Amino acid sequence: MSVKGKISSIQSMGTLDGPGIRYVVFLQGCNLRCGCCHNPETQSFEGGTEYTAEEIVGKAERFKAYFGNEGGITLSGGEPILQPEFSAEIFALSKENGINTCLDTSGSLLNDGIKKLLSLTDRVLLDIKYPTDELYKKYAGCSIEAPLNFLKYLNGQGIPTTLRQVIIPTLNDTDENIEFLKGIIKKHPCIDKTELLSFKKICKAKYDNMGIAFPFEGIPTPSAKLMEELQSKL
Amino acid sequence: MEHSNWKNFKSGVWQNEINVRDFIQQNYTEYTGDESFLAGASNRTKELMEKVQSLFDLERQYGGVLDIDTATVSSPTSYSPGYVDKPNELIVGLQTNRPLKRGIAPFGGIRMARQACEAYGYTLSRKIEEEFQYRTTHNDGVFRAYSDEMRAARKSHVITGLPDAYGRGRIIGDYRRVALYGVDRLIEEKKTDKAALSLSSFDSPQIRLDEELFKQISFLGKLKEMADMYGYDISEPASNAREAIQWTYFAYLAAIKEQNGAAMSLGRVSTFFDIYIQRDIDAGILDEEGAQELLDQFVMKLRMARHLRTPEYNELFGGDPMWITEAVGGMGEDGRTLVTKSSFRILNTLYTLGASPEPNLTVLWSKRLPEAFKKFCAKVSIDTDSIQYENDDLMRPIYGDDYAIACCVSAMRIGKEMQFFGARCNLAKLLLIAINGGYDAESNMHIGPQMSVLEGEKLDYTEVTDRLHIYTEWLAKLYVNTMNIIHYMHDKYCYEKIQMALHDTVVHRYMAFGIAGLSVVADSLSAIKYASVYPIKNENGYITEFNTVGDFPKYGNDDDRVDLIARDAAHDFITELRKTPTYRNSEHTLSVLTITSNVAYGKNTGATPDGRAAKTPFAPGANPMHNREENGALASLNSVAKIRYEDCRDGVSNTFSITPEALGREAGERVQNLTAILDGYFAKKAHHINVNVLNRETLIKAYEEPSAYPNLTIRVSGYAVNFHKLSKEQQKEVISRTFHEAM
Repeated sequence: MSVKGKISSIQSMGTLDGPGIRYVVFLQGCNLRCGCCHNPETQSFEGGTEYTAEEIVGKAERFKAYFGNEGGITLSGGEPILQPEFSAEIFALSKENGINTCLDTSGSLLNDGIKKLLSLTDRVLLDIKYPTDELYKKYAGCSIEAPLNFLKYLNGQGIPTTLRQVIIPTLNDTDENIEFLKGIIKKHPCIDKTELLSFKKICKAKYDNMGIAFPFEGIPTPSAKLMEELQSKL
Repeated sequence: MEHSNWKNFKSGVWQNEINVRDFIQQNYTEYTGDESFLAGASNRTKELMEKVQSLFDLERQYGGVLDIDTATVSSPTSYSPGYVDKPNELIVGLQTNRPLKRGIAPFGGIRMARQACEAYGYTLSRKIEEEFQYRTTHNDGVFRAYSDEMRAARKSHVITGLPDAYGRGRIIGDYRRVALYGVDRLIEEKKTDKAALSLSSFDSPQIRLDEELFKQISFLGKLKEMADMYGYDISEPASNAREAIQWTYFAYLAAIKEQNGAAMSLGRVSTFFDIYIQRDIDAGILDEEGAQELLDQFVMKLRMARHLRTPEYNELFGGDPMWITEAVGGMGEDGRTLVTKSSFRILNTLYTLGASPEPNLTVLWSKRLPEAFKKFCAKVSIDTDSIQYENDDLMRPIYGDDYAIACCVSAMRIGKEMQFFGARCNLAKLLLIAINGGYDAESNMHIGPQMSVLEGEKLDYTEVTDRLHIYTEWLAKLYVNTMNIIHYMHDKYCYEKIQMALHDTVVHRYMAFGIAGLSVVADSLSAIKYASVYPIKNENGYITEFNTVGDFPKYGNDDDRVDLIARDAAHDFITELRKTPTYRNSEHTLSVLTITSNVAYGKNTGATPDGRAAKTPFAPGANPMHNREENGALASLNSVAKIRYEDCRDGVSNTFSITPEALGREAGERVQNLTAILDGYFAKKAHHINVNVLNRETLIKAYEEPSAYPNLTIRVSGYAVNFHKLSKEQQKEVISRTFHEAM
C-alpha cells in the first residue's frame, strides 16, 4: 500500500526550483511562518488534497520527455520533510523511473525518516534565511542551529546542495550576512551553487484572498542593483 | 545533361529530370556548429533597411495602406520595374512600380477588390470595372453554383472564412526550380508533358489539365519577360549565389503579382541557397558578410510583400499577413541534418534587420537536430518572438525530407503536392445548433435537420453527443460540397498559373478543412458529463444560456477525461468529412487552426455550457481556453499533444506564451529550458508550437501606446504579426491569453 500525503498544488513546469525543467509538487503544511513566504496557502496542516506517492510519480512521469538531462521532480511546499515517508516514497519511485530528485527545504528538522529521504535526494535546495539566531527566531520560528545542523549532515553525506536565500531589505541585505554566507559555503563543500533571490510582493494577493495580513507588507523590495552587488560579493 | 552554370556541382538524377531534392542531397553541406561564424549587417544593408523601415512607418501613418494602383490589374508584367534604392539593391523586384504600393487582383472577385479600395478611400478605376463586367471571376462562379443551404451555412457563420471571394492560396510553387534549371528548361519539360497528354483519351479531366498546361507554359514566358524588364535573363540556370536568390525571388514575385492567395508561402529555400553560397565562398568570390547581405536583401524584399484586403478579411486574418512561410532545418532521410550555415543566416536576419513577422520562419524540429542549432533557435525565440516550430519527426515519415509548410501548419511535398484550402467550421456553434434542433440563435436562422429542442431540466451527455453527431454528419457533407464548388471555380476562373507551372504536371492534392472552437466544445461536453448543466430557454423556447453547477475537468490540464473528448471531436469530424468525395480526388485533411478568427468566431457564438459568455473569443487554434490551465505550462502542452496528427494532417496549432522569468533565471538557463520544452513537446508527437517569451505588461503598454512599439512582433496562431497591426479587439484577446508565469 502506497503512503498517502497531502499536496497543496502541482506545477507541471518549474524552472526556478532546481536544475532544468522541474515537475514541482507543493506539499501541504509547514512548521515555520516566514514573513516573506510566497506560498501562504501551503502553511496550514489543514486542507490540501490527498494523493499516494504512486499517483504523484505517475503524474510526473507524463512529463519525463521534457526533463532532458537535468530536469526532474522537486518537492517543495510547505515543508516536504514534515511528510518524510511520503516524500521518501515519491523519491524512491522517481529514482526507479530514472527521474532526478530535488528537495526544497528550510532544513529545520532532522530525524531518521528525513535521513532516509535525503538518501534518495539528488539535490537539496536549502534555504538559509538569516545570519543570526535572533532573526531566525523572530522571523522564521526556529533556531539557526537547526538548518546549520541539517547542512552539516548534507555535507557529511556529500549531497549536492544549492544554498538559497531571499534578500529582504532591512533584515539581511547586509555585508555581515554575505560574510556569514561565505563562511558556511567555505565550510561545506557540498554547496556548489548559491542563489540570492529577491524578496517579492506578488504573493500579497494570495494573503489578501486568504484574509490574512502579509507580514512583510511594509518592507521594500530590493533593487536589481542591490541584488547584483550582493551576488558579486559572494 | 550538363550546363556550364552547374560547374562544381555533384551530378545526379537532378540533371536529367526536374528534381531539386536530389540536387540538394547531392550537394549540400550540413552544419553542426554554432552561430559564432555569423556576420552582422553590412553598411549597405543598414542603409537600405533604414529606407525600408521609414516606408513601413509611413504606411502605418497612412492607416496601414500606403498606396493603391487602382487602374492596373496585377500580373507579372503589368507594372514597370520598381525599386527602393536601385544602386544599393542586390536583389531586385517589387510587386508594383513603387514600394508598398498595392495592386488590384480581381480574378478572385471584383467585389472584394472594389470594397478594399473603398475601405482606404480609393475608387477602383472605371476601366477595370468595365472590363470585369464581361469577365467571370472565381467569386462569380462560386455564387452561381452555391445552394441555398450553402449560403445559409455561410451567412450563419457556422462555416466561416471560405475562400470564395479572393485567391485561395496555400499553394507553394517550387520557386527553386527557376534558379536550378532556368525557365527555358522548365518550359521544355511542360511542353513534353503536354505532348504526352495529347496521346491519352480526352475527357474533362484531361482537357482541363491540357488547358492548364497551356496556361503554365504561357506564364513561364511571362515570368521570363518580367525578369527581363528588370534587366535579367533567367532562361538559363543561375550561375552564382546572387543569381540563385534573384531567380528564386523572381519566381516568387511573379506568383504574388499573379495571385492574392490568403497564404503565399515560400517553401524551403535556405539550404538550397546554401549550396550556391558555399560554392561561391569556396571559389573565393563571396565572404560571410556578403552571404549574409544576400539573405538580408532577399528577406527585406519578402518583408515588403503586400496584398490589398478588406476590413472584413482583416477581422479573420489580422495583421496584414502574407504567410511567406520558410521551412528551416529538419533532418534528411539519410540521417544527416538539413541544417546548413544558411539556416543560421536566415534566422540571423531577425537580428540584422530586426524582429519581424515575415517571412514566417518555421523551424522543422527534430530530436536529432544539432544541439547548437537547437540552442540558437531557442535564443532567437527568446529574443524576437518571431519563429514557430513544427515536428519534423512527425512529418518526415509522411512527406519525405523535401516538404515545406504552407500558411501556418500545412505540410506538403514541394512541387509534388498542393492543397485546396478552405475555411473552418465553428464547432461550438454547431453544438448549440444541435442542442436547439437546427436553430442558430445568434443569426436567428433555422439551419440543418429540423428537430425538437433538447428536452429535460438538465443536459444529458449521451443525448447531446448523439445530437452533435447528427449535425456533424449534416455539416461535414455540406462543407465538402461547398469546398468542391469553390475549388472547381477557382481552377476554372483563377488558376494559379505560375505556381502550378512550378509543380510536377501530375500532383497529389489535399483538401484542407478546419475546425474552430475545439477547446470550447471539449470543455462544454466535459461540463455536461461531469458537472450539471441546466439549459435556460429564451421566450421563444430556444436554449440560449446555461447554468453550470459543479466542477468539471478542463482541457489544458493533462486530464484524459476531457482531453480525449477533444481528441475524439477532431477524429469524428474528419471521419465524417471523409465520407463525401472531393473535387479532383483530393485527400481530406483537417486543421485545428484559427489564425486570428477565434475572436470573430466567438463573436458569432452564443453562451456555451463550459461557462464561456456569449460573443466572447474562443482560444486560438488547439489552445486550451484562456486561463483554465491550473497545472502549469507542461500540463497544457500535454493536453494539446493528445490531438492526433493522423486526424489533423493539416496541422494542430498551439500558441504558447511564457514570461522570461518563468523560463529560468539567466539567459543560458532559459535557452536550455526552452530547448527541453520543445524536445519534450515534440517527443509527445505534438505538431506545432508558436513560442512567445514576453510579459503581458509589454503588450498592455503597446496596446496603449502603439507608436512606441512599431516593431513589436508576436506569434498569434501559426504566424506572427506586428502587434500594432491587429485590431484593438484582437489585441485585447491576445493580452487576455494565458501567460505561463513564474510563481
